[in-house]
Amino acid sequence: MQAALPGTDGPILELEGIRKSFGDHEILKGVDLAVERRELVFIIGPSGSGKSTLLRCCNRLEEPTQGAVRVCGKDILARSVDINHVRTRIGMVFQSFNLYPHMTALQNVTLALRKVAGKSAGEAGRIGMQMLERVGLENRAGHYPSQLSGGQQQRVAIARTLALGPEIVLFDEPTSALDPELVGGILAIMRELRESGMTMVVVSHEMRFAREAADRVVFMADGVILEQGSSRQIFESPRHARTREFLATLEH
Amino acid sequence: MSEILFNFLNPAIVKAYWPALLEGLWVTAMLAFAVVCSGLAAGLALTCLRSLRILPVNFVIVALVDILRALPPLVVIIVVYFGLPFAGIRMSGFAASWLVLAAILAAFSEELFWAGVQAVPRGQWEAARASGLSFGQTMACVILPQALRMTVPPLTSRVIATIKNTALASTVAVPELLARASSALSESGNTTPLTMAAVGYLLILYPLVYYSRRLERRYAWKNK
Repeated sequence: MQAALPGTDGPILELEGIRKSFGDHEILKGVDLAVERRELVFIIGPSGSGKSTLLRCCNRLEEPTQGAVRVCGKDILARSVDINHVRTRIGMVFQSFNLYPHMTALQNVTLALRKVAGKSAGEAGRIGMQMLERVGLENRAGHYPSQLSGGQQQRVAIARTLALGPEIVLFDEPTSALDPELVGGILAIMRELRESGMTMVVVSHEMRFAREAADRVVFMADGVILEQGSSRQIFESPRHARTREFLATLEH
Repeated sequence: MSEILFNFLNPAIVKAYWPALLEGLWVTAMLAFAVVCSGLAAGLALTCLRSLRILPVNFVIVALVDILRALPPLVVIIVVYFGLPFAGIRMSGFAASWLVLAAILAAFSEELFWAGVQAVPRGQWEAARASGLSFGQTMACVILPQALRMTVPPLTSRVIATIKNTALASTVAVPELLARASSALSESGNTTPLTMAAVGYLLILYPLVYYSRRLERRYAWKNK
């Protein structure tokens, strides 16, 4: 295992004054967010509010136009930072799974282990099988993504992310592309992950899951955080009118 | 019927000229091999360079590729072989043909590889980069394997056309297959050497076509 990044106390992830523009269009208008170790932060909000963009700023899939992103106290926007190394500590799970279609499930999981973490093929394979076991797919190791259901593909994608031993995992609408009957399996894995103490930031519309599992719920609209608090506080007594409005539209 | 056989499949002519044509076939095969290997390698390198999306660099690549695709190879070969010596650059007919045909194949294949790279969904880049893979690793392990599979069918056509274009080297005194066949033709006054040359090209190209079909079938992972 690689050494943890320096500064292990304090928030594991800190966003400060994040702004992001695409051309003239400003998606994020100054966002501050700090995520503590072992915390599950749930980001909700109407579509177009900048949730996914914010999440993608955390590992620099998007470069913030302005602001600071700190992981374990270290500014990851700095030029001197080896972003590829930082990214092994921050996992990301995508809405559309993004498995590599030309590789088997196991090869998907082991690619970064071999290429980035520098594991031998044998070691990577062993870890890969462990991870597939963890998501209940050890018997699908040799299957190609096209031979797996959406739910299975997302489980492989989660295994791929966990294989690198990240300290924090970002979930970008992990269940939005799934048939309703497949959502439960993914949420079960996320719940198990949470119980194991993983720090997680989740953008999702699974409000029931947010209600039961989130330590903190963040409500975003129009590129800013309008309010945040415990799931109980946000869902039962939201202070902001926009939050109430948004939650009301979900309770049809 | 017998006249056709006499003119196109004359055993006596075959017997007299097959050693010369075999030599020509060898030269054609070598030229084709050199052109295809270096042309495709250069095309792939240009595609990787273009994928870095450095604006001025891409401008140059696109301009170069467009010009090379528009130029007629025969003219360029003649200019390079007969014109460059005036600028003090002298090369053999083989080298001139190799250089020109490889550069043109590089231009065409760059376009094809680039189209393949662009057809790979953005999410593939994101997943790979988010797991810590560098640009080069992402390109080599994730993007190109997918892009190349899409590129095989159009690339095969382009490679075949390029190999046929090696016949243009006969204009700059390269003793390749067509050059040998032409001189045999004028020497014997019989068209059988042309038939023999056609068979020669078939010998080179058919295995290529056959192999690329197999490659396509093996790479059909999407429909598994």
